Amino acid sequence: MATPPVIIVGASLGGLRTAESLRRFGYEGPITVIGDEPHLPYQRPPLSKAALNDAEGSLENLAFAHRPAISDVTWITGTRVVSADLDASTVTDHQGEIREFSALVVATGVRPRRLHVPGGATVGRYALRTIDDARALRDVLTPGTRVVIAGAGFIGCEVAATAIGLGCDVHVVGTTSVPMQAALGHDLGAAMQARHEDHGVAFSMGTRITAALGHPYLTHVDRADGRTLACDVLVEAVGSSPNVEWISSNDVDATRGLRTDSAMRVVRGDGSPHPHVFAVGDVASYPHPHHGIGAASVEHWNIPTETAKRAASVIAPMLADDPSHLDVAATPFTPLPSFWTDQYDTHLLAYGMTRIADRSTLLAGDLAGECLVGYYRDSRLVGVCGIGMTGQMLTYRKELMAQPLAAGTAA
Amino acid sequence: MINVKVDMSQCQHYGQCVLEAPSVFELNAKDRLEYVAQVADDEREAIEDAIDICPMQAISMVQ
Ligand SMILES: Cc1cc2nc3c(=O)[nH]c(=O)nc-3n(C[C@H](O)[C@H](O)[C@H](O)COP(=O)(O)OP(=O)(O)OC[C@H]3O[C@@H](n4cnc5c(N)ncnc54)[C@H](O)[C@@H]3O)c2cc1C
Ligand code: SF4
Repeated sequence: MATPPVIIVGASLGGLRTAESLRRFGYEGPITVIGDEPHLPYQRPPLSKAALNDAEGSLENLAFAHRPAISDVTWITGTRVVSADLDASTVTDHQGEIREFSALVVATGVRPRRLHVPGGATVGRYALRTIDDARALRDVLTPGTRVVIAGAGFIGCEVAATAIGLGCDVHVVGTTSVPMQAALGHDLGAAMQARHEDHGVAFSMGTRITAALGHPYLTHVDRADGRTLACDVLVEAVGSSPNVEWISSNDVDATRGLRTDSAMRVVRGDGSPHPHVFAVGDVASYPHPHHGIGAASVEHWNIPTETAKRAASVIAPMLADDPSHLDVAATPFTPLPSFWTDQYDTHLLAYGMTRIADRSTLLAGDLAGECLVGYYRDSRLVGVCGIGMTGQMLTYRKELMAQPLAAGTAA
Repeated sequence: MINVKVDMSQCQHYGQCVLEAPSVFELNAKDRLEYVAQVADDEREAIEDAIDICPMQAISMVQ
């Protein structure tokens, strides 16, 4: 009987990098990737930036290049996995087909959270995660359109910048006191708000949308502070929920993403790992031993790649019955998150876990121009953000890279 | 030999590639990216890592 394949559920960045890394780590057996979107893996970051701006074509050019090493991978697109039986080592898709796996990799990512508000409007409300979402939104971002953006995180702010560039009238409504506050802290968030205001974006911070009115076409939204905003389009960029429902009836911990150990193995309720089940990318909630914050998922660009490589480095020797995979699994895994955002001509780059900081300080430059901001938790550097100043950023990055090990040896 | 190409119209000079393949990519004194266009085969994995991590997906490679 043929050996069952490694099954990867989710055909996006994390799934693609897992397939590539399995080959790199010497696994030569069958690989099947199952994804519910009709597309092969493509880049999401441009969806809120350049690709949303461009009426011609660029949405069609987002596919990742495929390396020759994965030319024999089986891609099953347009197919949703609806359940998994981890004891029987099978997954079942929406058409009832049951497939057996030798190892399972969960790469199902997250989906936008939607606003659950009254008011009757069903047409004119958008969320942004997929190419199809971007296409639908692009079609309505025409000059003069009144756009309200619920949520002042990265995606909300990127869409605001793009929409104003397209000639829309843009109003961002956010619950924090400044935009992108969780990741950038107060001072840099405020400076970013000023950059947006210079371009004509209006902000209502410290409030939320409580109703989306219209029958069925959206005409206005109500805010918690009692004000009403007339609008044609509402973009809901209020965070994400992990795609875990299909696996959560197994003995797993899916309370905040899918919890894994440091080898990316999905853990049971009692903390012990399922030996053949892994999770990578945005859906995975993995341990951050040197930060003392427990397990957390990190929805940043390099993490699907880093976690995919980590999982593959364990899976490949495991399937070759090479006991060294247990040694690999025992080595520390402390990838440094990195993210960037483009808003107007501002390119902001960050390293580390700025979200867990209790304090931030301007290290160099000036918040209105090029600058470097450091993030600290218990007076230890945990992250750095920069606008420009790339060379200096790299110096701080080295410091961040060195830290986890120092903390590890001290413990 | 591997030929490396960076689409300079895409590159934002973030320097992520420099960290993955320091013998191929470098930021100059003005924080602009410079790179070696032809490198030995044993750099392949480092260049693949750089391709993976480049936020602009600006790097490509042909052998
Ligand atoms: C608009 C936008 C802009 C972004 N910009 C940036 C940025 O500037 N910088 C940055 O660092 N990061 C950015 N990100 C985040 C980055 O794109 C994500 O971290 C990355 O895409 C995560 O990859 P993933 O493979 O883990 O998950 P995803 O890309 O979410 O892929 C999961 C895939 O699994 C599929 N799936 C889910 N459930 C099932 C199922 N049951 N069966 C089959 N398939 C299923 C989903 O449809 C999806 O195709 C952005 C994200 C978005 C949406
Ligand atoms: S990682 Fe990409 S964008 Fe950054 S410097 Fe290298 S090529 Fe340019």
